[in-house]
Amino acid sequence: MSKLALLLLTATLLHAQQPKTYGFGKPATADQIAAANITVFPDGTGLPAGSGNAAKGAKIFEVRCVLCHGNKGAGKEGRYPALVGGQGSLGTGKPKKTVGSYWPYATTVWDFIHRAMPFNQPGSLPPNDVYSLTAYILFLNGIIPENAELNAQSLPQVKMPNRDGFVRAKH
Amino acid sequence: MRKPDRRRFLTTTAAIAGLTSCSSKDQPPAAQASLGAHMRPYGEPSPYEQQPVRVIRELTASKGTGSSRTPLQDLYGTITPSPLHYERHHAGVPSIDPAQHQLLIHGMVDKPLTFTPAEIHRFPSFSRIYFLECGGNMVGDLAGNPPPTVQASHGLVSGTEWTGVPLATILREAGLQPEAKWIIAEGADHSRMARSIPIEKCLDDTLIAYGQNGEALRPEQGYPLRLLVPGWEGNVSVKWLRRLFVTDKPAMSVKETAYYSELRPDGKAEQFSFVMEARSVITKPSGGQSLQGPGFYEITGLSWTGTGKIAKVEVSTDGGKSWAEAKLQQPVLDKALVRFLYPWQWDGKDAVLQSRCTDETGYTQPTRDQLIATRGPHSGYHYNAIKSWYVRADGSVKHV
Repeated sequence: MSKLALLLLTATLLHAQQPKTYGFGKPATADQIAAANITVFPDGTGLPAGSGNAAKGAKIFEVRCVLCHGNKGAGKEGRYPALVGGQGSLGTGKPKKTVGSYWPYATTVWDFIHRAMPFNQPGSLPPNDVYSLTAYILFLNGIIPENAELNAQSLPQVKMPNRDGFVRAKH
Repeated sequence: MRKPDRRRFLTTTAAIAGLTSCSSKDQPPAAQASLGAHMRPYGEPSPYEQQPVRVIRELTASKGTGSSRTPLQDLYGTITPSPLHYERHHAGVPSIDPAQHQLLIHGMVDKPLTFTPAEIHRFPSFSRIYFLECGGNMVGDLAGNPPPTVQASHGLVSGTEWTGVPLATILREAGLQPEAKWIIAEGADHSRMARSIPIEKCLDDTLIAYGQNGEALRPEQGYPLRLLVPGWEGNVSVKWLRRLFVTDKPAMSVKETAYYSELRPDGKAEQFSFVMEARSVITKPSGGQSLQGPGFYEITGLSWTGTGKIAKVEVSTDGGKSWAEAKLQQPVLDKALVRFLYPWQWDGKDAVLQSRCTDETGYTQPTRDQLIATRGPHSGYHYNAIKSWYVRADGSVKHV
């Protein structure tokens, strides 16, 4: 390779070189992360302090949830999903997918109510209310007793009927 | 099949040519008698065109939650105009001021960071054409209740040139830790929708996108920042992106357990079935259109696959008894819509039109019976079977 060609090649490489990092963005503070991080995992990571039960949940449900989800979570108008029923139906000709029959983790119920419900005011329910509503829906499905107290320790222990019903897709 | 009618061909050619060069009276078309209109800062379609529109389906009493479908039957080529990109929203369309927006990346990274959209724009940019499709596209056909038009049956897919920053660039900036296996992406919509995505895909071709066909993202497409996960069900391409949580396990969020999982006949559900496998559909002639008598028609449609490139599209005009290879409009791009074209001389008799594609891995689009035999009737998502259009002797086109 001629000296000139080598020089040109080096210049090209230098010109094309991009830094490994650019220094853009700002360090996120622990407070920022804590405020934004609402993810709750099946092992309970992310659950806040607080507790609730089905009796309290029934009262909150009447005020905040019944309009769409119907009496005792029966669903409404075919557009608002039923929260109750369908256990044992998944392998039949008429599967009914509900929290009780289909959802594999109780923590997902908590995460979803807290993140996205009520539909018109998500994020407005304090942790105690979310624990109580979760307990009420699980109670309606016969998964926990009415007096069971749910908190960050007990909720991940709840075994959903369809806990082992999911397989990782091959594609 | 009848031979092409030469006389008719000449007449048609002359008629088409007349639009640009000579009238039927062999006179040049009249020029404008007066000075043309003024220019417009932002152009608009000709007033003589019937403007194609999305068809909206609301899922709740409040507006903005549901889907709208791309008018595939009215579009040319492979790029969907931004105002016609399909939509699927879970809690309405947020209105986000980029000056007030931030993207947070945290979890298994050395440096948790926040980025303003302006900071994301400073990274080296990347543009590429990809399709985006809802995992629930064509569910009506799966259910045995096919809608009357291709827009209604297949319209939850669009093709776009996306611009943004490779997610890998942002992850390098934050310093990805070796135990990282998943990234949970979360939107700033009212429902704070979240999906878990395997780290391999995040480091491969996933983008943080801010551009759509040369302009900023439309609000309906996630303005100011969205994830764009090429070839995968649209739900993981989280819009209005506000948070990336790097973890060693999936969140098991509602949209990756209760929804977007595929129920099998044995009652088990397949989860994380991300890839949109090969599929094709004839968009013209298609349901609701009508043919104006026997003669030449170009059969055209779209094919795409999340596995890579489409290798071949075949067309049948006799309900699948015989097949002939269609021409693929070049260039055929990876994980992008491909336009296929097939010349057809219609004899005026009843016909059933179908298309069938094969991807570069050798996978061929199944029939509906084949699909249901393997996945059952309640899989709900990722339906990709061959679509039939029934052309009647009177020229009307119906779904089958």
